[in-house]
Amino acid sequence: MTAAIQVNAVEKSFGNVQIIRDLNLSVAKGERHAIIGPNGAGKSTTFNLISGHIKPTSGEIRLNGEVTSGLRPFEINRRGLSRSFQVTNVFARMTVWENVRCAVLWATGHRYAFWKNVDSLPEVKQRTAQILDDIHLSHRRDVPAGLLTYAEQRELEIGITIAGGASVIMLDEPTAGMSHAETERAVALIRRLTEGRTLVIVEHDMSVVFGLADRISVLVYGHIIASGTPEEIRGNPKVKEAYLGEEVD
Amino acid sequence: MTNAPTPTLAAAKQESGGALGFYGVWVLAAVALVVLPLIFSSGGSLTSFCLIGIAIIFALSYNILLGQTGLLSFGHAVQYGLGGFLAVHVMNAVANHNWPIPLPVIPLIGGIGGMAFALLVGWVMTKRAGTVFAMISLGIGELVASSSLILRSVFGGESGITTDRTSLMPMFGWTFGPQIQVYYLIAFWVLISAIAMYALTRTPLGRICNAVRDNPERVEFIGYDPHVVRYLAYMFAGFFAGIAGGLTAINFEIANSAYLGATQSGLVLFSAFIGGTAYFFGPILGAILVTYLQLGLTSVTSVWQLYFGVIFIGIVMFAPGGIAGILMKHRPLIRAGTLGTVIPSYLVAAIPTLAFALGIILTIETVARFSGGDVINLLGIPFVATAPTTWAAAAVLVVGGFLVARITWRRVAEAWDRAATVARDRGYLA
Ligand SMILES: Nc1ncnc2c1ncn2[C@@H]1O[C@H](COP(=O)(O)OP(=O)(O)O)[C@@H](O)[C@H]1O
Ligand SMILES: [Mg+2]
Repeated sequence: MTAAIQVNAVEKSFGNVQIIRDLNLSVAKGERHAIIGPNGAGKSTTFNLISGHIKPTSGEIRLNGEVTSGLRPFEINRRGLSRSFQVTNVFARMTVWENVRCAVLWATGHRYAFWKNVDSLPEVKQRTAQILDDIHLSHRRDVPAGLLTYAEQRELEIGITIAGGASVIMLDEPTAGMSHAETERAVALIRRLTEGRTLVIVEHDMSVVFGLADRISVLVYGHIIASGTPEEIRGNPKVKEAYLGEEVD
Repeated sequence: MTNAPTPTLAAAKQESGGALGFYGVWVLAAVALVVLPLIFSSGGSLTSFCLIGIAIIFALSYNILLGQTGLLSFGHAVQYGLGGFLAVHVMNAVANHNWPIPLPVIPLIGGIGGMAFALLVGWVMTKRAGTVFAMISLGIGELVASSSLILRSVFGGESGITTDRTSLMPMFGWTFGPQIQVYYLIAFWVLISAIAMYALTRTPLGRICNAVRDNPERVEFIGYDPHVVRYLAYMFAGFFAGIAGGLTAINFEIANSAYLGATQSGLVLFSAFIGGTAYFFGPILGAILVTYLQLGLTSVTSVWQLYFGVIFIGIVMFAPGGIAGILMKHRPLIRAGTLGTVIPSYLVAAIPTLAFALGIILTIETVARFSGGDVINLLGIPFVATAPTTWAAAAVLVVGGFLVARITWRRVAEAWDRAATVARDRGYLA
């Protein structure tokens, strides 16, 4: 079976600083895959490469078998990949409802339509309401996104990411900065909303990672030093040495 | 999904209520447009109404760019002017060949002209937003305006190209010679264009325009190419600007290079901004005010542009949301019933603020008319520009007005805080 995401020998340099070195990663369809690694290891850069935000210096990236390196983000998104951002990246002046609805429009086939009333598209309305319900923001639907609390913005960020119904979801530190209770709620949300989809998640909370992921990749200095099931990663001496230390034991 | 979530119900209810109000507003607007010339029937006001109507379409078209899509254009008059020129040429051709095309169709031709030009140059222009777009729009504006003086056969040089609107076939017995008939033609297009432009904001494209305005980067990750969105917005803006240009050509029976120029581009930016770009109706208010000011000021002062500058600076500094922004700020207070808390403070502040404004006006006029030694007539009081007493009066008004006004403005702010706190407690303010 072709992998959902296949990264082959990708390198990325900013100027003459090489950030990603010989990156190889394979994420199977339907898998929950966590990427862990110290700050500055290149996790967000990896997300940027896969989602088309930046182009690799060399190497190849495939989505469901199709080469996507070199495509623009919206082209990759239309092929079924959606990502969130580590730093909240929403439509600040638009309401919560409109934020989610915008993310629904392309996927429901309305594209650049200028002859349809957006308020009378039943499927769009229903899906938007469903997503708002899912991310627990129905009661905040008419609030401009810029006025939400931090945790609410993080939930909206997830909502926008999943709204288009992409088959591959990538979440970059979705729980960063959340309290323990908020994290638990967010993880339950992510688990439920990505049911039956492929998930790639960057996460620092090890209890979350080991509880959620089917497979884990460890990224250190732009290179994946280990990839495997949670048990394999736990027992991997290289990982222990480079990153996890005692915190897993 | 079997269990319909409650928010959908609430949303449906809210939207049907909104729809009723929505149609109500347009019906009211239509009635107002019909009866306006019956109430104010003098020739002067009819001329003003025509200009205001055109300015409204033009300013609304500008806001498709600035307010809706976040594109700051310094050359929006290009599409307006080209629409006007195309309209004039088509009118002349129609008249020469006796084609069965009535005058009310001509603005549409203007719109097509504006859109065609946008189609041609827009793809390159809208590749980037921000400063790049602003600079290119300025460049294109200058380019077209200067070419219009060179390409005489198309643009008629300095004098422009004239036409005769009555030479087209009459419609329902209307020749469109009398200004009142032209008024109703313009009013018709104002209504149609405003409805169309509002409807555009309620389409998938219109919503994504707002998303591109707020965050073009993120738009790429929900399936949209912001470049395409900007390009489409630019074409629609060009279309409605062209309609406005076509109406101007009909109204004045001429198109000349001034239609295309930087002054015209600046004026429409000014109208949209003063009115408030964050709300659909903002540019309408701006167009009305700016046209009135322009008509009123040009007849009483030679330095009317200076006043525009002062007003513009004042709005940018103290009310960046424009008139619409100021008005909408009061909505939660009205709903919470706390507007009464702030009104008295406004009335108190109005007096010294007015004195301050009069002082500014007196100063400007004194400087402007100094060399001529003219007499300035302010509120029926004659001031001689060269007299030291006039300078003293101006200084007292400016300094004294400002010092007192500042205190009253602080009172306004305090009253505001009180009213807003109550509104927040009652749940009308986020
Ligand atoms: N656009 C960029 N230009 C230059 N350096 C960058 C850029 N993006 C990321 N980097 C650098 O790449 C390294 C990896 O960053 P990042 O991928 O954000 O790490 P992580 O998400 O793993 O914490 C950091 O040292 C960062 O400074
Ligand atoms: Mg990161």
